This record gives sequence, structure tokens and C-alpha cells, in this order.
Amino acid sequence: MKSLILFVFLLILPAEAFRPTLLLGNLIERTCRQTPFYDLCVWSLKTNPESRNADVKKLARIMVDSVLKNKASDTLDLIDELLQDGFTLDPALHKALSSCAERYSVIIGGDVPEIIEALETGDYKFAERGTNDAAMEANSCEVEFPGKSPLTHMNKVVHDVSVVAASIVKIILHSQW
Amino acid sequence: MEASTSHDPERNSAFYAPLPEHPSSGGAPATRSRPLKGFVVILASVVFLLSLVALIINQSQEPLPMPNRVPSASPTSKPASFSEAEPRGVAEGVSAKSNPSLLNEASFNWTNAMFSWQRSAYHFQPQKNWMNDPDGPLYHKGWYHLFYQYNPDSAIWGNITWGHAVSRDLIHWLYLPLAMVPDCWYDINGVWTGSATLLPDGQIVMLYTGSTNESAQVQNLAYPANLSDPLLLDWLKYPGNPVIVPPAGIETDEFRDPTTAWLGPDGTWRITIGSRFNETIGISLVYQTTNFTDYELLDGVLHAVPGTGMWECVDFYPVAINGSVGLDTSAFGPGIKHVLKASLDDTKVDHYALGTYDPVTDKWTPDNPEEDVGIGLKVDYGRYYASKTFFDQDKQRRILWGWINETDTETADLKKGWASLQTIPRSVLYDNKTGTHLLQWPVKEVESLRLNSTVFEEVLVEAGSIVPLDIGPATQLDILAEFEIESLESNTTDEVSDCGDGAIDRSTFGPFGILVIADDSLSELTPVFFRPVNTSDGSLKTYFCADETRSSKANDVFKQVYGGKVPVLDDENYNMRVLVDHSIVESFAQGGRTVISSRIYPTEAIYGAARLFLFNNATGVNVKATLKIWEMNSAFIRPFPFEEPL
Repeated sequence: MKSLILFVFLLILPAEAFRPTLLLGNLIERTCRQTPFYDLCVWSLKTNPESRNADVKKLARIMVDSVLKNKASDTLDLIDELLQDGFTLDPALHKALSSCAERYSVIIGGDVPEIIEALETGDYKFAERGTNDAAMEANSCEVEFPGKSPLTHMNKVVHDVSVVAASIVKIILHSQW
Repeated sequence: MEASTSHDPERNSAFYAPLPEHPSSGGAPATRSRPLKGFVVILASVVFLLSLVALIINQSQEPLPMPNRVPSASPTSKPASFSEAEPRGVAEGVSAKSNPSLLNEASFNWTNAMFSWQRSAYHFQPQKNWMNDPDGPLYHKGWYHLFYQYNPDSAIWGNITWGHAVSRDLIHWLYLPLAMVPDCWYDINGVWTGSATLLPDGQIVMLYTGSTNESAQVQNLAYPANLSDPLLLDWLKYPGNPVIVPPAGIETDEFRDPTTAWLGPDGTWRITIGSRFNETIGISLVYQTTNFTDYELLDGVLHAVPGTGMWECVDFYPVAINGSVGLDTSAFGPGIKHVLKASLDDTKVDHYALGTYDPVTDKWTPDNPEEDVGIGLKVDYGRYYASKTFFDQDKQRRILWGWINETDTETADLKKGWASLQTIPRSVLYDNKTGTHLLQWPVKEVESLRLNSTVFEEVLVEAGSIVPLDIGPATQLDILAEFEIESLESNTTDEVSDCGDGAIDRSTFGPFGILVIADDSLSELTPVFFRPVNTSDGSLKTYFCADETRSSKANDVFKQVYGGKVPVLDDENYNMRVLVDHSIVESFAQGGRTVISSRIYPTEAIYGAARLFLFNNATGVNVKATLKIWEMNSAFIRPFPFEEPL
């Protein structure tokens, strides 16, 4: 009898150990369901180890400080590369790339710090403003190109990540579940 | 560029791999008796299997990231803009903030000339950098004071301090040094919004929100270092700050913007502070004090409205029914109503409602619960937020300030080096004729900027036509316009029931009005118009609108149609007053019953190319317009000339 109890007890223990992880997936999913890009949102958050045990405010911070900032930096790196090689003989292209470089510097050096300060101090409408602005900057960069844009994929990623971040901030403001 | 992020299959499989070090079945010591060893082995295997099952269940909750899956790019043959399907903002659940059809136009370059043109001539703004909420406005020893949320380091919000400026007449402002900076633990993360109370003995008490070193929102007390200084240059913070901390049950980051205090019948003071309850109920808490350093939270709230979310910048003040002057914040008695106003954090809109205040229970009740705070009237139907009033004891007026944010990108703001304006201060009165609205009107002192004027009498503007108005320079104007309509057809039902998609949307009785900051070819224009609409009972309901959708060819600015209903009484014509000042337009309908503030960023209709037109895009009426138009001088807002004698 005793061994049976022990047996049952040992059955339950490992399952218990995994329960917290099962619940956490739900918070990310519940949050991401309220953004227009569910897959992007879930993927971005779940592959970031800091999202374990994170609340919504932390998820917003991760989406901005890690995902948006990284994607924007990657895009800026790409722009710099393109500006450096022969691809840029076309003056219109060069102009567009330079303008995009400026916009992405603003996303990284302007929008992201503004959003983080707003998230930290609790004046969330400025976080919303910064995320909306980042989406606008990415979009504006894309339409600069007279013909085919070499940045379409990256601009779309940055735009969509910004929109996701803006949606998460909206959740903090509304806190609707 | 996806390589930098982690969807390396190995990492994934490493994360989800079965626990590698699990003791394999053969680990039991040989000396144990056989049955026990067998039992342990079986138990270990069961535990192992269960762990695996639990892991698999866990795994199936999360969609396994595919290494080659690009999160957002879908193969698309659509043109470049991602927002083409819907305007920016809609995905976020807010109103559309851009016109999709413009997003694919070739972009142009912002030039320094375009940016410089955007700076206002007679609206208050600092020399450079970011500004937001107006703070602690007051009148003291011959000077009007304006404080404001200010970032001394950048044209983007952050590092918030209190900027300071003074004026003799609410129009000609002189910049002073910063009044307060974040230098104490209780405001190190921002010296945020606050209000001034002038005590009967002449003291000035400033209460403001500080964001602490732990990002909690607390209320602090500050006062002038030297009351006999008319410029109130230096401010001291009370050593015992904070004087109010977030009470139990209130989120520590949703508790800010204390109001001016009012004296109760029991001789003690009260202030109110906005917050939220259960995250969606906007509330205003009441604190009582005798000395401004010790406060008691009163039971309940001044008022609450479900579904409105956090109330920022709450304002609470009396207005006189059938009165023509403003009232001191402590005024009370018959013939007085109280205005309760809140800035809704969720929607970035300022709302107000008229009602009755009970000073014994400290509760306020709206006259019309269906138009309660946050669900009814707006203070301003345009780009406008964080408004605050004060009592001008010199001229017995209730004066209203409002913050007008930019609607361009932060890239542009950083390039031009500044962001935001304040409105021209408005005097506020109860509208005796309707009994349901306030009237806001630019302070009379703005008329001192008027230069030459041009009058147009009864200009006929036929249905579907535009009339140019020859007035000379058209970027700094004060326009008074009155319109009469002459019906061409009888009883038609209108398809457009509000501002619609702007001036391009035709209906029977409108739109008609003026086109400001327009160029000759009308490639850029900003219509300000009325749209009367037939209602089912045969009466006319009127909308007053400002249409930014074609205000600029630029595709990186917000261009919205703003507006709202305006009561037009039987004995009234349609009348509007419009202050045009470069990139800001303030439009007032029916004496200020409905007001719209707009920001516009034209690229061609600037400097000498800007024009003014009358227009009538209605289908069923002709319009007769009478206008008086003044060119407006600059207010020459500049640093205080310390080296010159006062």
C-alpha cells in the first residue's frame, strides 16, 4: 500500500514540474491574439528567454527592446552595406537609402528609448506614440524607393513588429482580456 | 538577415529534446534484492515516460517555430506599402490615421524651407525641443505664467522637466529658465503635470506628479522661493515630499495630475486626482487638506464612468449659468454648474461634462448621464490633449490651455528640432443658449495681433464651386465667416451623416466653408466646413469639420478628418472663426460651441504660395458668405530680456 502511494506520488511530481510552462504559453498567446500578427508575435516572444514568467508590460518591453531594436539594427546594417557597394550608382536609390538610414536611426535612437522610458514610468500613451511612429518610419522608408525596394522584407518586418508592440501597449492601456 | 535571430533547428531540438541525463534503466546497485530493484526500475521508467509525456503536452501548446519560416513576409505582388489594406491605426483599434491611396505616391523631400515654415508665428512653443501638457497656469503680480512639460534634450518625449514662460497679455510670451527639474528621488523619472492654487493670503501652492526612482507616481508640493518676485523664477520643493502616495487598491502607475484646490463650505481644501479602477473605469479621487502637506483620502470618488479607462489631467471648476465672467475655483452657490473634464489615456481625447457638485458628499453628478465624462462632448474635436484651466483673477476669466501635439514623424521632429504647440488661450463660459455646452473663444488679447483686414460681403458660392479670396499673404490669419444657405431642392435624404470622408463627400446641404493653406492649383488644401444633415424628423443636424486628408502631399504625416456635431439654433446663421498660423489651425463654430484644432504640414502651399478660398461642395444649396479676414502679426515669442529694464 505504501509503495502504491509512493508510486502515485511520483507519478504526479514530474507533471507538476511542467505546469508553469503550460500556463505561460497561454499568456503570450492571449496577448498575441489581440495583435494583428499573431504568428510573428508568438514567435518573437517565445524565442526570447526573458518571456518566461513575464507579465504583459514585460512582454511589451521585450517586443521593443529586443525584437524591434534588433530588427531595426539589422535593417540599418543592411542599408549601410547597400550604400557602400556599387548597387548605389543610381542616385534615386542612393537618396532613398540615405533617407531610410535616417529613419532607422530615429527608430533605434529615438523611438525605442522613448517607448522604454514610457513603459518604465507608466505614461503608456508615449509608448503607443513611439511604436506607431516606428511603424510609420518603416512604411515611409519603403515608399521612398521609386522602383523595386531592396528593403521590402525588412521594412515589413519592422513595421509589423512595431504594430504588434503598439497593440500590446494598447492592451496595457485597456487591459482587456 | 534572419540569421541573427534564433531559429536554428539544433537549438530548437535542444530545447525540446528528451532529458538526456535521465538515469538509464540499469542504474540500481547489484546488492539490492531483486523485487525491489525491479520495482525501482519500473518506477524510474514510469517517471521517465511521464516526463516525456508532459514535455510533449507542453510542446504541443506552443507552435514549433519552423527554422525557415519568415514570420511576416508573405509572398506578395502588392505595391510596397504594407498599410495599403487599411489605414494606419485601424489595426491598433484606433481610428484611421492615414489615407491609404496616398501611401504609394512617390515621396518628396522635406526641405529646411518646409520645416521652418511649420513654426508658428503667434502660438506658444519653446525655441526648440519637445513640449507636452501645460502646467500650473496662473496670474501673479502683473504676469501670466505658463509652465509646461518639456524635454530639454530632445524633440521626443522624455527626461521631463517644467519649462516656464511669462506674458503680460497671454499672447506675447517670454521664455524663462526651467522652473523644476527631476533632481529628487520622488521626481527623478519625470517632473510631471500639476496645478497651482492661489491661497487667500497670497501664497502660491503648486502640486505636481513626480515619477519616482521606482517609477511610482506620487504627488509633490512645490512653492515659489520668493513670492515678491513677479517672475517666480525659483521654485522650492517641500522637504517632506511626497505629500500623497498611491492609495491601496490604486495602481502605482495610474495616479497623476493633481488639480487646483477648491475651498469647501467647511473651510478645508479639496483636490481631485484621476485614476482608474478595474482598469476600465475612469475615476477621480478626492483628497482633503488644511495645510497642503497633510492629506486625507475621502471615501468614494468625485465621479466614475465605466469603460473610459484612465483619467489623466482631470480638471474641475465652476461656471456661472447666465453669466458672462469666469468664476474662482472655489465658487459655489445657486446659478452655478460644475464642469468635470478628463483626458482619456485610452483614446487621447479630452472630454467634459456639465453637472452639479455636492460639497457635502463631494460627489459630482452629470446633467445628462448619456453625455457623461468620456462618453459625450469633447473639449476639442481635433488633435488636442491634456487641457487645463485656471482662474484669471485679474480679468475675472476662466482660461483654458490645451496641448497640440505634432502629427508628423519623429524623424521630422528631430530634424526640425522641435515638437508641439499650445493653443491660443481660450476663455470659457457656460453656453446660456443651449444649456448643454461650454463656449470657448480665443482670448481678446489675440486681437492685438490683427493687422489690416479685408471684408467680403454676401459672396455667392454656388453648389459645387470654389471662390478665391484675394487677401494677400494667407499663412497668418484671423478669419470670421458667416454663411447663409439657399435651398435649391427640397427634401433629399443625405447619404453622408457626419463629417464623412471630408470635403470630397457631397451631400445635399454641405459641405461648405473655407479652404485654408491651399495653393493655386489646389494640390494641397485644408477645408474647414459645415455639413448640415437632414434627420428623420425633418430637422437639420449640423457637423463642423476640419479635413486634413489633402492638407499635404507628404505621405509620412497623419491626415485625418476631424469634427463633431455643433448645435445651430433657429435664429443663428452658420458662423465660424478660424485662426490660421502656419502648421496649426484652430477652428471655432457657433461662437465656440464646437472647436477643432488641426496640424498640417503642406509642402507647396507655404509662404507666398498659400491662398484662401471659399467653397461649396453641396449638391442642393447655394451659399452666401460674409467674411472679415485679418492678417495676423507675429507674437515675437522670445527669451526674457533680462538685460533690459522691465
